[in-house]
Amino acid sequence: MALPNKALGEIKAVRDPEVEEREVDILIVGGGMAACGTAFEVKKWMDDGQSVLLCDKAAMERSGAVAQGLSAINTYIGENTPDDYVRMVRNDLMGLVREDLIFDLGCHVDDSVHLFEEWGLPVWKKDDKGKNLDGKKGLKLGTLKSGAAPVRTGKWQIMINGESYKRIVAEAAKLALGEENILERVFIVELLLDANKENQIAGAVGFSVRENKVFIIKCKTMMVACGGAVNIYQPRSVGEGKGRAWYPVWNSGSTYTLCMRVGAELSMMENRFTPARFKDGYGPVGAWFLLFKAKALNGLGESFAGSDAAKAELEKYAPYGTAAITPTCLRNHLMLFEMKEGRGPILMDTVTALAELGKTMDKKELKHLESEAWEDFLDMTCGQANLWCATNTEPEKKNSEVMPTEPYLLGSHSGCCGLWTSGPDYDWVPDAYKIKADNGKIYNRMTTVNGLFTSGDGVGCSGHKFSSGSHAEGRMAAKQMVRYAKDHADFAPAFSLSKEELVDIVYKPVRTFLDNCEYTTAIDINPNYVKPDGMMYRLMKATHEYGAGTATYYMTTSKNLEIVMDLLATMREDCEKLGAGDVHELMRAWEIMHRIWTVEAHLRHIQYRKETRYPGFYYQCDYPGQDDENWFCFVNSKFDPKSQEWDVKKVDYIKIFPDA
Amino acid sequence: MPSYVIAEKCDGCKGGDKTACMYICPNDLMVLDPNAMKAYNQEPDQCWECFSCVKICPTQAIEVRGYSDFVPLGSSVMPMLGTEDVMWTCKFRNGTVKRFKFPIRTTAEGQANAYADLKGKDIESQLLSTEESEGRELPKPIATV
Repeated sequence: MALPNKALGEIKAVRDPEVEEREVDILIVGGGMAACGTAFEVKKWMDDGQSVLLCDKAAMERSGAVAQGLSAINTYIGENTPDDYVRMVRNDLMGLVREDLIFDLGCHVDDSVHLFEEWGLPVWKKDDKGKNLDGKKGLKLGTLKSGAAPVRTGKWQIMINGESYKRIVAEAAKLALGEENILERVFIVELLLDANKENQIAGAVGFSVRENKVFIIKCKTMMVACGGAVNIYQPRSVGEGKGRAWYPVWNSGSTYTLCMRVGAELSMMENRFTPARFKDGYGPVGAWFLLFKAKALNGLGESFAGSDAAKAELEKYAPYGTAAITPTCLRNHLMLFEMKEGRGPILMDTVTALAELGKTMDKKELKHLESEAWEDFLDMTCGQANLWCATNTEPEKKNSEVMPTEPYLLGSHSGCCGLWTSGPDYDWVPDAYKIKADNGKIYNRMTTVNGLFTSGDGVGCSGHKFSSGSHAEGRMAAKQMVRYAKDHADFAPAFSLSKEELVDIVYKPVRTFLDNCEYTTAIDINPNYVKPDGMMYRLMKATHEYGAGTATYYMTTSKNLEIVMDLLATMREDCEKLGAGDVHELMRAWEIMHRIWTVEAHLRHIQYRKETRYPGFYYQCDYPGQDDENWFCFVNSKFDPKSQEWDVKKVDYIKIFPDA
Repeated sequence: MPSYVIAEKCDGCKGGDKTACMYICPNDLMVLDPNAMKAYNQEPDQCWECFSCVKICPTQAIEVRGYSDFVPLGSSVMPMLGTEDVMWTCKFRNGTVKRFKFPIRTTAEGQANAYADLKGKDIESQLLSTEESEGRELPKPIATV
């Protein structure tokens, strides 16, 4: 059997790649929803003399988390207030969030949603009789912007026909930015600080996955938005099925690693997301709970979430657990409780839900309902639809299992790890939430490194922005980057490393491979290098067993954390000997390095926070329960690129918005 | 559910420098064997089954079969992507067939309004370009503690 990642790629790597050097004012790293927002917005603020470049590891038409499509937009404020949006996010994330960032996002997100609809994204509408119309039929009712009513599944979510969501958003982004300012299939792997100005971003290096070419790019300001981190814990499916990650399998933690390695401060990296999804296929459950009103049952057929025992358990996590909407982690916690007590498996009762809905519907309406249920999968998780087909599962006849997945790191969904960034420069935003750049000015969404911005999954302490919020945030960062570049027009970025030294960093795995590959007869077995696939399995095994993976029902202890930190240190050493024989494998080599650094940050934070703030996502068993007295604060960390040392600390949480 | 290429149907996109599936795969999995002039999935366990290659293939040469570690054989899910709609054919292992049609966009491809001529005015404000041009005012907190 062929092992994954072996040097079978069609583009063999060479020792001395071509080198292309560029210099621009503004560099955008990433091509997903956030970067598309930046691409749409940035030129509208740029002067004629300013320049911009976007680098995407893939093709923007189908890159990032929305590549496959989506069946809903989960953040649309509409008739609600940004104030209530803050309160919802705060409760779901157990109290510790940056309320300034969330409110600010809530002020802009609808503008992006209105643009999506104008560009051609079909948005479901509610007619005056209360019936749902799909995005095409609903056109006659007008647009959201003109006042037409969306189909709400929850207070914040609206339904769309989103198969081509990313294609539409990328089309506008590419038209706005211009093809000449976009490099697709270029993977940025390291950021570079300025040689002369302390703590100032100056550029990045990367390479093409289509030819042997290294890119060295200088810039005055940069945004890094490359999504979250996936395949960092051993997935529940370890064969071919490990590709069926819930979040996109190509998200390799680059956002966090790139920024932390130049000294940008991270925040709440202990926060993770382990979504409960349909087992194995990882299809979405939101529409089933919210739109179809289905209930989750334990193996005894009991609706456990409403039981007295569940209520008693939730009271331990007041006020979050006792709020009207139970936080995501606590919903997982209740599910895990059933499983651990031997009352599994957990089943989504699709049969009863559809039968109940069917009572008030005619045949045509029922057919439409069935179609809605299937579209939910086909728009965003085609594989779940196939799993239903392969197992002869018709939801009106057969219930499906629900299971919490392996852990993911992200900042835009129901998780909030990421970079510590500046809030907007408003009077009501506390000074502690504003980061002053070298010139004393405040740039919204700038990290603690001057000129380095992020958005989407990159911005910490501010979850629940989803696709629409990420796009809006990318636009917000775009304007600030232009402003930063204008304010620093005289800054001439310079690197301390030579061109040859930079190429050696990027192509090191290739050179290691070429230096040693002829020593043995089997290209993947060699004592002088390790292939990226081997390192990936090593990372997954370590996190799975010690780092609160599925092996231990997401439990870890201080001693386990000590062990896994040692393992990670050895992994980082061995990464010096990664070997890559082709450019695809070189991409995998850099991805695993990015994953290892991101995981290290995650576990350092878990080690530091001596409480269990997110039961259901992870348990620090030496410190069970929520300890508001000592830990009602953010945890921030910084890797110092000069001393190569970590500093982890508490940062005050500041409540801005009163309880409702 | 890794994608696979049907040898008979794939024409290697007629010798272009890259095939449609290579262009689109978000995880760089689809590659062209230049000797056979056929595309293949080089790393099936990294396939997210996003169907991007299936949807874009001009000869409908790409399909998917379920991940071998948990999906029984015998089913298929196939999209046909048009300019306004997508048609799905879902075949069950037991022979049941379901067909669904959903809209995908309400404008002509290539017509998204990029507001190319729009220029922002006040770089110091927090307004985005379209918000500024509409004269919008940003909300302020209703109450703070």
